[in-house]
Amino acid sequence: MMSINERQDELIEEFSMFDDWMEKYEYIIDMGKDVIGLTEELKSDDYLVRGCQSRVWLIPAQENGILQFQADSDAIITKGIVGMVVRVLNNSSADEILKSDLYFVDKIGLKEHLSPTRSNGLVSMIKKIKTYALAYSAKAI
Amino acid sequence: MNIEQIRKEFPILQQEVNGKPLVYFDNAASTQKPKVVIDRVADYYSNEHSNIHRGVHSLSAAATEEYELARKAVQAHFNAKFDHEIVFNKGTTDGINLVANGFAKSFLKEGDEVIVSELEHHSNIVPWQMACEQTGAKLKVIPITDSGEWIMKEFHNLLSDRTKIIAVNHVSNALGTMNPITDVIEAAHSKGIPVLLDGAQAVPHMAVDVQALDCDFYVMSGHKLFGPTGVGVLYGKEEWLNKLPPYQGGGDMIKTVSFEKTTYNELPFKFEAGTPNIAGVIGLKTAIDYVNEIGLGAISDYEQELLEYGTEKLSQIEGLKIYGTAKNKASVISFLLDGIHPYDAGTILDKLGIAVRTGHHCTQPVMTRFGIPGTVRASFAFYNTKEEIDALYEGLLRVKKMFS
Ligand SMILES: Cc1ncc(COP(=O)(O)O)c(C=O)c1O
Repeated sequence: MMSINERQDELIEEFSMFDDWMEKYEYIIDMGKDVIGLTEELKSDDYLVRGCQSRVWLIPAQENGILQFQADSDAIITKGIVGMVVRVLNNSSADEILKSDLYFVDKIGLKEHLSPTRSNGLVSMIKKIKTYALAYSAKAI
Repeated sequence: MNIEQIRKEFPILQQEVNGKPLVYFDNAASTQKPKVVIDRVADYYSNEHSNIHRGVHSLSAAATEEYELARKAVQAHFNAKFDHEIVFNKGTTDGINLVANGFAKSFLKEGDEVIVSELEHHSNIVPWQMACEQTGAKLKVIPITDSGEWIMKEFHNLLSDRTKIIAVNHVSNALGTMNPITDVIEAAHSKGIPVLLDGAQAVPHMAVDVQALDCDFYVMSGHKLFGPTGVGVLYGKEEWLNKLPPYQGGGDMIKTVSFEKTTYNELPFKFEAGTPNIAGVIGLKTAIDYVNEIGLGAISDYEQELLEYGTEKLSQIEGLKIYGTAKNKASVISFLLDGIHPYDAGTILDKLGIAVRTGHHCTQPVMTRFGIPGTVRASFAFYNTKEEIDALYEGLLRVKKMFS
């Protein structure tokens, strides 16, 4: 099983093939389209991470100490990025997630989407993932 | 109007964003500043600054004079009857809060009603909701049609003896609709009801004459009129400003203070507590002078030309839907493209150097009315060009291709 950082490095490697922003965004959009979205029922306010411009839904699950998240967004670019975050963090323990530093967003040149002023729900989503991880790790003790 | 020359007077328009020449189409959120305004503010701080209305020394006297000259310029610009009907403040939001607060304190009681419209900016909803909560008054809302226009029949039905004030926008920021405010004011006054106009989106586009309109209050923001941020104007008819209680307490707004009793200063100082945004006020005067030099008539004609061109051009894009199709509109085009989320469209346009606003534009009820999460909004000022609209058109074709 790959570690969080190995998965981040893999993404950075994938993005290194692109030399202009267009290709990069096309790739994110494709990933956004490929993310298996949530059913309308699951896109409920219970799972909603509020962002003002685009909305993100996040559903956590845990089995044998390993966390799995499902996520969706109403904007495709956000959905693509959310998909990458989930791909990087899924299949990890709560502790690994709590300790993680998501450097890949910056490294692939998408830092702007992580700025709180973008209000796309991404920052809140990552915070939420860590909150879930904290809750799961507390339960484990 | 020599647009090429005018563009040179705005330093920010010379820059590139993401390696592309900036196309600034977010003028409804805030306009850019001509060099004369920037220089005036810098010059004020470099050579003229001092606190106003307080010192006997020369600098203070000079700054006070400049500040009061600005008041006279604003009075002339909006054709107010007296200069003491011009209150300087932080902007539109501040002005509405001042009036809503005063009404809550002095005029609203349980069972009374306040009328706003479905087209309002949150700044002209929330202060009235707060006033209603405090007093037990009720908020009544003029609904809009599919084209984004008030349903006037419904408005007339809402008017009653319980109505204490009508607070509506002159021009809609989300859709660009120029609202039939003269009809509203006439109907309101026939029943003795005062009217507040939110002029934030009107003043950059047209000459406003508060006496001809006969509105009771008019509010605006300097930053949307090519002036500095953090400064705005509340116009109020003398009789209304006299009737309204002070908003904030502090220096400058008092005549005498003792622990037993404080008496308030006369208009307009009664509403200008504390050290105001002196540089902002002085910069606003320069902005008004600048706009008047070009002429609001010429500005309006040219912007209507841009609006027409833009509307026609964007309508050529298959799957693009314009929200706000009133006959009388300011130069604002709000739209959605083929089910593409505004955030997605805005992100790609930004990469192309095109600044548009995306989202609900602080008018969530309008978005709810149309059942959409938000729109992409391109809003034009007189320094924009048809070539820039062409760039937006090309950008949108690209967006469409990327998300299809
Ligand atoms: C119609 C309208 N009203 C009020 C406001 C609020 O203006 P300010 O934020 O300058 O107080 C705006 C600004 O977006 C507006 O467009």
